[in-house]
Amino acid sequence: MRRTAPRTETQQADASQGVPVEQWLAMYEQMVKIRAFEEQVNELYRGAKMPGLAHLCTGQEASAVGVCQALRPDDYITSTHRGHGHCLAKGARVDLMFAELLGKAPGYCRGKGGSMHIADPQSGNLGANAIVGGGAGIATGAALSAKRRGSGQVSVCFFGEGALGQGVLYEVMNMAALWKLPVIYVCENNLYNEYTHYAETTAGELRARPAAFGIHCVEVDGQDVRAVYAMTRRVVERLMAGEGPAFLVCNTYRYFGHHVGDVNRSYYRSKEEEQDWKARRDPLAILAVWLTVEGLADAGMLEEIERRARDEVAAGVEFALAAPYPDPGEVDQHVYA
Amino acid sequence: MSTHSVPADREITFAQAVREALAEEMRRDPAVFILGEDVAEAGTPFKVLSGLVEEFGTERVTDTPISEAGFTGIAVGAAMTGLRPVVDIMFGDFLPLAMDQIVNQAAKVHYMSGGKLRVPLVVRTNLGATRRSAAQHSQSLHALLSHIPGLKVVLPSTPFDAKGLLKTAIRDENPVVFFEDKLMFQMKGPVPEGEYTIPFGVADVKRQGADITLVATSSMVQVALAVAHILEKEGISAEVLDPRTTVPLDAHTIVESAKKTGRAVVIDEGHERYGVTAEIAAVIAEGAFYHLDAPVRRMGAMDVPVPFSPVLEDLTVPTAERVAEAARALCGRT
Repeated sequence: MRRTAPRTETQQADASQGVPVEQWLAMYEQMVKIRAFEEQVNELYRGAKMPGLAHLCTGQEASAVGVCQALRPDDYITSTHRGHGHCLAKGARVDLMFAELLGKAPGYCRGKGGSMHIADPQSGNLGANAIVGGGAGIATGAALSAKRRGSGQVSVCFFGEGALGQGVLYEVMNMAALWKLPVIYVCENNLYNEYTHYAETTAGELRARPAAFGIHCVEVDGQDVRAVYAMTRRVVERLMAGEGPAFLVCNTYRYFGHHVGDVNRSYYRSKEEEQDWKARRDPLAILAVWLTVEGLADAGMLEEIERRARDEVAAGVEFALAAPYPDPGEVDQHVYA
Repeated sequence: MSTHSVPADREITFAQAVREALAEEMRRDPAVFILGEDVAEAGTPFKVLSGLVEEFGTERVTDTPISEAGFTGIAVGAAMTGLRPVVDIMFGDFLPLAMDQIVNQAAKVHYMSGGKLRVPLVVRTNLGATRRSAAQHSQSLHALLSHIPGLKVVLPSTPFDAKGLLKTAIRDENPVVFFEDKLMFQMKGPVPEGEYTIPFGVADVKRQGADITLVATSSMVQVALAVAHILEKEGISAEVLDPRTTVPLDAHTIVESAKKTGRAVVIDEGHERYGVTAEIAAVIAEGAFYHLDAPVRRMGAMDVPVPFSPVLEDLTVPTAERVAEAARALCGRT
């Protein structure tokens, strides 16, 4: 299976990058859906309807959507503990995701994975991972596999800047560079390694790290889905040309705490900082304003998109709340294939 | 089927049996490939893989950097997406470097995905002391891996078993950790030319007996057979059982043998504390308690890091003399 034309098209010079308006609107809808999804997760957790932990990606919608929009349906991703956005952007269904978050039988992993382990091979999602940096080996291995099979697939490894402290990331980047594997390491730098600012954990320059392996490293405004999308397309073209792995830094921000229970966080970041990002750097607003200013969409269209996304999310929650729990006999199923 | 009754018109070494299994599987299935440190031209320090790169090339016998976590993780991802990697961990002692990839990734993926993803991965590595290699090159860590649901753990004790079990491991849809004892690589035994596989979870009766059961793993099978030989001269008939896989474990055969003989010693080269011997002794106690004429004895390696000095190292591993002594005691012949 070889890649088809869209991947090798040269980029248009105009602001829309030659992308049909429908695709921008689809990206807007996906971002709104992720935002609404996370709001519901927060509600479910606070209402004690959701077991376990939840790490919300609100504020980081553009990196998930911008990257995944530049991928083929059968391209691979690995995700993180803050991965709901990646899973949805890659094509997971809202209802089956909520079912998984609630530990219900129809969930993506039959209720055995939960929020931090959503996997959906049908949409190329090789799994969210609760170990920071845990997807690095898997994504790199999927790229090795794609290269050996000549499938033309690429592999994207999402991780936060906190994963830069994990040695395995450097081990696999070394091999990916040596073997010119079609993998993109997407570092979503949301500034905080759990409860600690990354400046306190990251020596030297972040970008110097992939550069040390000779890995092509680029940085984008992770709040601007257009920038993320354009850069990912360029990087994918590079991969397809066999030029080896790439490292994409998306500068972004998480609106909530490390997890839903992380409410009192003034000891590590200020309310002003949070307000500033929300007011000036919101990915949904940035795209909406651009679409409106360019005359590509009007307020009515955007409201209609938002309503559709929120309806889908509401229906998904309803489905999941009504869904049955797994049969007790499931407990020892799927230990071995 | 006991290895002692294997119909074969040739004898090859344990290392040759491993190599033959790999070569046959790589010829059969193009998805099978080998990944590890110095596996290609060097053929590993034990030369177990010598010659494979000449036939299959570096695309399928691939040298890696010294990065156990990295290449094991890469193998997990490759296994999830259509390939069948055989990872070589040069010494079993290096398994802890790759433990997150094996324990948190490979072993969990199938379950955590509700059965949607599979990891058909083989991790080949070794175990065993008494090579004067000191504490970081002498461990037997198979109990550690056997503790983790989602992994299968294989411990061949003969060239015949090595070939048949490795072929089964490569065809298995799950992550399998395959432990070879470093002392056995040059051991020769009958191995048929033709194609065969050995199912997991089937213990092998290496020797029939009536008075006491010796359950032994890996190179301890040879120790148990030596013990049986010693005891035979003393009028004690020992049965020697090799579980061959600790996961899955053939509890049925072990329990039935203990019921028949009424006595059991379990011998394994892993540390005794919380080890394979403890597990098998418990299985016997639970399944054959009312048939036992004596408490089950377990004999593992001492609970110390393996020392360098030959005088000290030899003290840490079960020997035929010490096992025979324990067996005699159980039989009331001190």
